[in-house]
Amino acid sequence: MFIGKVVGTVVANRRDSRLQGLPLLLVRRVDVDLSELAGTVLAVDTVGSGVGEYVLYATGSSARQTERTNKRPVDAVIMAIIDRWDIGGEVKYHKYYGPPEAASGS
Amino acid sequence: MQLGRVIGTVVATQKHEALQGVKLLIVQPLLPDGNPKGRPVVAVDGTAQAGPGELIFMIGGREGSLVLEKHFTPVDQGIVGIVEELYVAVDAIPK
Repeated sequence: MFIGKVVGTVVANRRDSRLQGLPLLLVRRVDVDLSELAGTVLAVDTVGSGVGEYVLYATGSSARQTERTNKRPVDAVIMAIIDRWDIGGEVKYHKYYGPPEAASGS
Repeated sequence: MQLGRVIGTVVATQKHEALQGVKLLIVQPLLPDGNPKGRPVVAVDGTAQAGPGELIFMIGGREGSLVLEKHFTPVDQGIVGIVEELYVAVDAIPK
């Protein structure tokens, strides 16, 4: 799975009938140091995430393995909203407190 | 499958119910010589014994979810084993 940042929402009324009712979000892949990587995907949201949140998303046929996306034409799905992650014991992101350097820098 | 080193952990309380109680680890994929290959990814721990710093191997794609008890889970990277020793032929190391 990849870490992504939700950067937008998509409104599309004319869509495949099997996609009806599925919320679509634009997700930008980010690195573990919060820098943005190449690759923005449209993903189906299953956990109620919103713009600005950091999420985990799965791609490929794994994306169909939820109750909402089963047997539907979906290749990216958001399945977790990240609270925090750390690298080598150092907190790189925290949803409520922010990374240590960002909290002191800004 | 792919060699990798566990470099961190991810905490998420709001997640797909099949992921409750599952350990999420940040893994740096490795080349045979130990150098990094691409950027880190997040994998579920099927062994339940992997921790930061350890050399592991993981499985990608839909098969990644097979490491969990519930297979019907939106997971595309799963840790299947912890490496104790690794022997690499000299000519297999990229120059």
